[in-house]
Amino acid sequence: MIQIIVFLPLLAAIIAGLGNKALGNVPAKVVTTGALFISCALSWPIFIGFLLGHYDEGFVAPVMTWLHSESFNAMWELRVDTLTAVMLVVITSVSALVHLYSWGYMSEEPDQPRFFAYLSLFTFAMLMLVTANNLLQMFFGWEGVGLASYLLIGFWFRKPSANAAAIKAFVVNRVGDLGFMMGIFATYLVFDTISIPEILAAAPNMAGSTIGFLGYRFETMTVICLLLFIGAMGKSAQLGLHTWLPDAMEGPTPVSALIHAATMVTAGVFMVCRLSPMFETSETALHVVTYVGAATCFFAATVGTTQQDIKKVIAYSTCSQLGYMFFAAGVGAYGAAMFHLFTHAFFKALLFLGAGSVIHAMHHEQDMRYYGALRKHIPITFWAMMAGTLAITGVGIPGTLFGFAGFFSKDSILESAYAAGGPGTFGFFMGVTAALLTSFYSWRLVFLTFYGEARWAGSEHIQHAVHDAHGHGHDEHGHDDHGHDGHAHAHDDHGHDDHGHHAPVTGTAGYHPHESPWVMLLPLVVLSVGAILAGFAFHGFFVDPEGGEHFWHPSTLFFNEHLMHESHLVPLWVKWSPFAVMAAGLLVAWLAYIKNTDWPAKFTAQFHVLYQFLLNKWYFDELYNIVFVKPAFAIGRFFWKAGDEGTIDRFGPNGMAALVVAGGKVTRKLQSGYVYTYALVMLLGLAAAITWAITR
Amino acid sequence: MIGLQHYLVVSTILFVMGVLGIFINRKNIIVILMSIELILLSVNINLVAFSAFLGDLVGQVFSMFVLTVAAGEAAIGLAILVIYFRTRGTIAVDDANQMKG
Repeated sequence: MIQIIVFLPLLAAIIAGLGNKALGNVPAKVVTTGALFISCALSWPIFIGFLLGHYDEGFVAPVMTWLHSESFNAMWELRVDTLTAVMLVVITSVSALVHLYSWGYMSEEPDQPRFFAYLSLFTFAMLMLVTANNLLQMFFGWEGVGLASYLLIGFWFRKPSANAAAIKAFVVNRVGDLGFMMGIFATYLVFDTISIPEILAAAPNMAGSTIGFLGYRFETMTVICLLLFIGAMGKSAQLGLHTWLPDAMEGPTPVSALIHAATMVTAGVFMVCRLSPMFETSETALHVVTYVGAATCFFAATVGTTQQDIKKVIAYSTCSQLGYMFFAAGVGAYGAAMFHLFTHAFFKALLFLGAGSVIHAMHHEQDMRYYGALRKHIPITFWAMMAGTLAITGVGIPGTLFGFAGFFSKDSILESAYAAGGPGTFGFFMGVTAALLTSFYSWRLVFLTFYGEARWAGSEHIQHAVHDAHGHGHDEHGHDDHGHDGHAHAHDDHGHDDHGHHAPVTGTAGYHPHESPWVMLLPLVVLSVGAILAGFAFHGFFVDPEGGEHFWHPSTLFFNEHLMHESHLVPLWVKWSPFAVMAAGLLVAWLAYIKNTDWPAKFTAQFHVLYQFLLNKWYFDELYNIVFVKPAFAIGRFFWKAGDEGTIDRFGPNGMAALVVAGGKVTRKLQSGYVYTYALVMLLGLAAAITWAITR
Repeated sequence: MIGLQHYLVVSTILFVMGVLGIFINRKNIIVILMSIELILLSVNINLVAFSAFLGDLVGQVFSMFVLTVAAGEAAIGLAILVIYFRTRGTIAVDDANQMKG
């Protein structure tokens, strides 16, 4: 069964990808979406089996031998345990819904089979990652999702910004992947195996041992864990290696929902949880994980408050939520980390798909300054976004069982961070601050988009739409023939005007937003149910001390029962602080974006430096540009000009060619064309030959 | 007494004249043909002289062959020359440089 779950998406991807144009849009969509729904339908029974405790331990389904060389052995195996089961339902459910959603969202696109093939390929790679039983197979999946992510970010390959973003995502991930690879090498060096169960069994014995490198001694486990964590940081967009994630929003919105919110970016968290017994052997590594996670969580939340692009806000929100997961893992609350991963997948996919629906309704306008008053026009999208926002801000009453998905997982993380103490305390305060900001930027998004006055008139996209509809006598679907070349064109030509800092123009410009088709609304509704209920329904399994112990027992996840007990005994103010900041964030957002709409302008004028700092994302891109990109270009230029052209080409191929030309120029003069010259040369040659023959 | 060396000296003079005739001549191609004849003649003189000196008849027989070949060569050379003149309208050596690279 697990084989079907994993390989069906691959099969679908191959059929849709190779069939491509010959297959046509509808068959490609049917094949891929059908395959994903089957996978999804088969995944849930496994997950439910683990929920009900049908499995005492995880099982491994062998596929074939991959590499076998002396002591090195890598098998294709599909490992199924609680961790895998959780990831299976997350991946297949969100992927299936995103496939369905894309029927509507991508309906105007050319190249649809290619898009769906990529989506299915991604799903296969992600499933391969989560079912891996050895590090090499995990790395295979890891690179597979990276590839699919690259392809999908750059799906609109005619758009230069999409290509740049795709390359950036790939390159930044390479940095992390280098760490992951070195981690695998170090693991093999130390443990002589890359099989995950064997490593985890042997890891505690290695605690405290040291490894020599370049004349220094390092703690073995710290080195390995930190190297692996660098890999996780790259994939999960943690502070320092996060720069690719916001840019990745250049891809189609369903892709952002599936890859850059719900599944791929959580691979790092999954990996840390999968190898949690190993991370537990190194306190230093765990501290690093905690600090990095907490810092990311805070950093991304601050940036999220100032972004104008609806997808960028949600992207930074994702980055911030991933920070929560990491510091939860860092303090030893792996169950809470996985729980947040699980609930986050639902509500973040929901938010992205909702944003996609808004963008669809607003004719590809992504700037929130040109939204407003959309509540009445796209009510189902509005309520879905509302559910997602309630979930991400963690609305719920502490001490009761009332709460949206994010309430259970986020509070569990914050409480266990506080209970863990040490770096966890730092994590707690960062987390609470981030929760305040999360609440603020999430409600800001909702208020800017759905409330207030319509500010559509300022948008170039809307103007195009209205112009098209009126000018060519089209009805409200007049933009349907606009395609994405037109979209890219508009971006290129008007991008700077669009995103400048002029005051928003109010008015509808005669544009009528329309609700998305049912294929897009259905996933929203299903995910809304997940966003509302996932926390309430599953918190007893993921984070409850007893239930969690039972639930996580068949997996490699290290469930710290003691810590989870402690987390229930934290002071009352700790329990209520997330609620308080959530309410405060909501209040501030309401005051600033509904009650007194002149506040944001006043604030930015007052704190201009801070605002610019946040708007420019802490100047990370600029910093990296100066520190890494420019020198890399300079080095590349040096080797290109001085090394390649100046040395190799000059003395190599070009030098030889020049020599031949020069030689030819000289010898050409000898060929006069006169018979007597040739005769003379012949004679001289003959004389020389005879002389040589005689005097020899 | 006329000895072998006299014959060889004459032969050498003829040979050098022939060779120089080819190289230094800038007039026309008939002169080149004549120079070739001269070279062949000088070789014949050599052959006959050595034949007499060594008392071996083979050299003289060989000179007969050379004469025959020289006659054939002259005939072919003149024939080519006539054709050449018909096409180019000149037999000046300096104009015959179509093989220039």
